Amino acid sequence: MSESKLPESASAVMRTTPARVAKVDRNTHDTFTLTVEPVDGEQLPPFGPGQFSMLYAFGVGELPISISGDPHEPGRLVYTIRSVGPATQKLVSCRPGDVIGVRGPFGNQWPLQEARGKDVLIVAGGIGLAPLRPAIHHVLRNRDDFVRLLILYGARSPQDMLFKKELAEWGRLPDTQVLSTVDYGGVSWRGYVGVVTTLFRYLRMHAKHTTAMVCGPEIMMRFVVRELEMRGMGHDEIFISMERNMKCGVGFCGHCQFGPDFICKDGPIFSYEQIRPWLDKYEL
Amino acid sequence: MERDELIETLRTQPFLEGLKTQHLEELASMAIETRFEKDRMIFREGDESTFFYLILSGKVALEIASPTQTVRVQTLSGGDELGWSSVLAHGGKNFQARVLETTQALAFDSVHLRDEFGKNCELAYEFMVRLLKVVEGRLQATRLQLLDLYAPRTTRTVLK
Repeated sequence: MSESKLPESASAVMRTTPARVAKVDRNTHDTFTLTVEPVDGEQLPPFGPGQFSMLYAFGVGELPISISGDPHEPGRLVYTIRSVGPATQKLVSCRPGDVIGVRGPFGNQWPLQEARGKDVLIVAGGIGLAPLRPAIHHVLRNRDDFVRLLILYGARSPQDMLFKKELAEWGRLPDTQVLSTVDYGGVSWRGYVGVVTTLFRYLRMHAKHTTAMVCGPEIMMRFVVRELEMRGMGHDEIFISMERNMKCGVGFCGHCQFGPDFICKDGPIFSYEQIRPWLDKYEL
Repeated sequence: MERDELIETLRTQPFLEGLKTQHLEELASMAIETRFEKDRMIFREGDESTFFYLILSGKVALEIASPTQTVRVQTLSGGDELGWSSVLAHGGKNFQARVLETTQALAFDSVHLRDEFGKNCELAYEFMVRLLKVVEGRLQATRLQLLDLYAPRTTRTVLK
């Protein structure tokens, strides 16, 4: 995976850049996608797939949010946010024209350079599709660099699925297989029902020529890793995106320490080989 | 399907992976080619269905129906097994099975299966070990569904 790069000084990394909300798209009943643009000629920095920003809802709080847009579209940043607390509630309540604060991007990136020449397997659960979406965009924009693109996505219900239209479009592309499933479906749902791990049996997978990128609830990722192991994938070819209580974004404050690593600085993306000893530690 | 073709079809089923040719031949003699059209109910909750199916193609939904709602709890497609509980001969079905896409399957009457298992312990063992793996997979999937993984932490059901 690509190394994260620390900014030059502590004051630079703690500086919040104002950004204007250009667009708000409602994805589900509690999840929204915000597109932000620079204010008064300030530049928003480029980002790599898998990185996150610290978003400041003025007067409420700052929190880490993965960037979910296309890394090849500079000048704007896209965030998909689920409303679960006061700060996220404030962010998803933004209207076009409102200003929020942005720090970052922080963290390392999905190992897309290392995955060149192989199949890329994306496994996402719930809002975990958002941090993987830039990686999907990257693969699609550099299609000749990769063999097949395989996407497995699990959501709670059809109403909770993110980026449904895009998933359908991606599934129609050549050398791309997209399988989606929901935990619970009504009778009008014609797709798969069951947890995301049940999709593996419908996947045509060449374990030795695949790089897997996984993001979702930690329990889901554990079971996904088990499936990948059973299919012969090496631990160094499985990458997962971790989530902890990140505050500073650059490893100063120690809030997100996970074993010997800081999720914000050394992650959020780790190979399973690297993070495996710490995943089973109780309350770590 | 000719007998040889049927045996080869059975050989490619994940459920029967690794089974000896002799056992595949024995199962082939009991297999009934079946086709279910879209939207048909294969069985309903409480039905005394005796059939165990290996799905070759198509899609089937397992549902729990109540007077107020029908919840789809699992879908099965080519390579999956349907009606595992029939092999145990314990009574009515626990779910209803609705055909979402026209489905081709091989059906096995569990009465015949159990008769054969009584005479052929090796086949019975091989079949039952595989059936147990199916049950394990379903149990694991159900546990993960119960965890309600994708819900925000604030709305998950937590026992206190």
